[in-house]
Amino acid sequence: MRAMQQSETQGAAPAPLLDVRDLRVTFDTPHGLVRAVGGVSWTLSPGETLGIIGESGSGKSVGLEAIMGLIKTPPGHVSGQVMFDRRDVLTMPERDRRQLRGEKIAMIFQDAMSALNPSLTVGTQIAEVYRLRRKCSHADAERKAIELMDRVKIPSAKTRIGNYPHEFSGGMCQRVMIATALALNPQILIADEPTTALDVTVQRQIMTLLAELQREDGMALVLITHDLGLVAETVDRAMVMYAGRLVESAPVSALFEVPSHPYTRGLIRSMPRIDGASGKLHAIGGTPPAAGRMPKGCAFHPRCEMRVERCGIERPNLRPVGKNRAAACHLAEEIPHV
Amino acid sequence: MSAVQTNTVPQVEEHDRAASITGRAYLSALMRDRVAFIAAIFLTLLLIAAAGADFLAPYDPNRANLGARFIAPFGTARDGGFHLLGTDELGRDLFSRLMHGARVSMSIGLLGALCSGAVGITLGVLAGFYRGLLEDLLMRAVDGMMALPSLLIALFILFVIGPGFGNLILIFTLLHWMVFARMARSLTLNHQQHTYITAARAIGASDTRIILTHLLPNMVSPLIVLFTLEIAVLILSEASLSFLGFGVQAPQSSWGLMIARGREYISSAWWLVVMPGAAIFLTALALNLVAAWARAITDPVQRWRWLTPPRRKNQPIEDDE
Repeated sequence: MRAMQQSETQGAAPAPLLDVRDLRVTFDTPHGLVRAVGGVSWTLSPGETLGIIGESGSGKSVGLEAIMGLIKTPPGHVSGQVMFDRRDVLTMPERDRRQLRGEKIAMIFQDAMSALNPSLTVGTQIAEVYRLRRKCSHADAERKAIELMDRVKIPSAKTRIGNYPHEFSGGMCQRVMIATALALNPQILIADEPTTALDVTVQRQIMTLLAELQREDGMALVLITHDLGLVAETVDRAMVMYAGRLVESAPVSALFEVPSHPYTRGLIRSMPRIDGASGKLHAIGGTPPAAGRMPKGCAFHPRCEMRVERCGIERPNLRPVGKNRAAACHLAEEIPHV
Repeated sequence: MSAVQTNTVPQVEEHDRAASITGRAYLSALMRDRVAFIAAIFLTLLLIAAAGADFLAPYDPNRANLGARFIAPFGTARDGGFHLLGTDELGRDLFSRLMHGARVSMSIGLLGALCSGAVGITLGVLAGFYRGLLEDLLMRAVDGMMALPSLLIALFILFVIGPGFGNLILIFTLLHWMVFARMARSLTLNHQQHTYITAARAIGASDTRIILTHLLPNMVSPLIVLFTLEIAVLILSEASLSFLGFGVQAPQSSWGLMIARGREYISSAWWLVVMPGAAIFLTALALNLVAAWARAITDPVQRWRWLTPPRRKNQPIEDDE
């Protein structure tokens, strides 16, 4: 499936579906202004699967929530440009933006159990989308909800429609979540760590389901995760975030073969391998910087194995390195050869 | 009976479950909880007695009968009339007066709690949802109002605008909305952090919809408890205000007023104070007991524990699927 999509994207280079330019998110806290996302630019093509990788607090979720308009302002502040359908999402009036959510861009969340309202039945929650956006009648909405539950492969949907979320397992809850997200056939689905709270076999089922649904509807998928294995399996192109900035962006196969950023390399090396030598796993020393105390120069340099003097003085910009890929490192060209 | 139910439950078709859970399951759950059941029966009888006092009361509550003064409970007057709870200083039947008083006390409790709840919950939810200046102002107002000695304020205002049923409701709304506002705000803050609120926003729900269909249903169960307890508090407040002469005015009667009148005869006719006192005590107690039960039954996550009948001993646990 990936190969097919790649050939498509390489063929004509279609206009991007979503064009994010210099997105910045800051929060006003009692301890001062905190920068969560600092100037991120990327594009998403129709039907593409994009992976955003990063540690907790690297700004991957916040950035996407800002695009969805889910950041409370104040204390949050969002700037930049997010072009969708030739309009800037960030400056459009709230009413138009609400139309966009669910209809064009949908989102699913990490912990599906808590992303479902505990006091409403799952059927009500799926049907709500139709009642709210399509003004469907009660019976109509319920019928469509059952169809959707069948589509996301919830067994005996007809009888389970009256159940409450706490009567469902984590995987089933995530399926319900996916059903509500897909209800209006969105063009973009943002999945914020959709499988983190699930166990491995269920993870696989959910990802297979997502890939299947994506193929049927031709929607683009943005997968936020810190699970490199998941990225390697499902994604066309991957972006690595560190401390609120993009540090590398590349087609997924290239990224895993020859990472051009020391952070990416560290992440890949710290993955357990089934083929390689056994023994201790590699670890990246130190911890990510707190959002209020960014080091001067490259944010990663205090933890970097390859730092040179320049890294502590000048922040490297994201620049193209080779075909279809970019990295933010002064030594990007040399890294593959080290 | 429980044996029959345990056998039938697994056979019930899943889609019937929602239907069967509404009526009988609630009733049988209530009957299993004996204390709450008795309290609920007491409250039901009280409501019937209050609502139908005009037809059900054995005597006219305001008809004086000087030949039958101070008859003790279970006593019979010289004219042959039986008085279950005795008579007062004017020979009026205490039981009939309690029934009519119940109407005043209960409706003040219910209406007062409804009005203060409506005001308090609205303001509290708005403050918790929108934060900012509204929240600051409102919560400082709440802190200020909580610091006021409510009985004194009530007396002062009632002194100015005059006593009476409507004014009592007004006073209670003014002095009790903070309790609801505080709780509604903290519940809103708590629930707003949950992902399902963000998820609702992500499917394009408006603020109004988020508040009405996603926030409020999750807040029902603690608010119902507060509401029930508040009814009890208001009945007691009404009693103290009427006792002090600023509440309900004669010839209307309430339990508090009856205690106030009976106080003079406490050494010779104890029942004039004890009977309305017991009525207040039992009503407040019953409301508290029912509140605990209501909390359990309105919580969707806890509900099934109460609604599914307990299994018999030695019965193997079946898989529900």
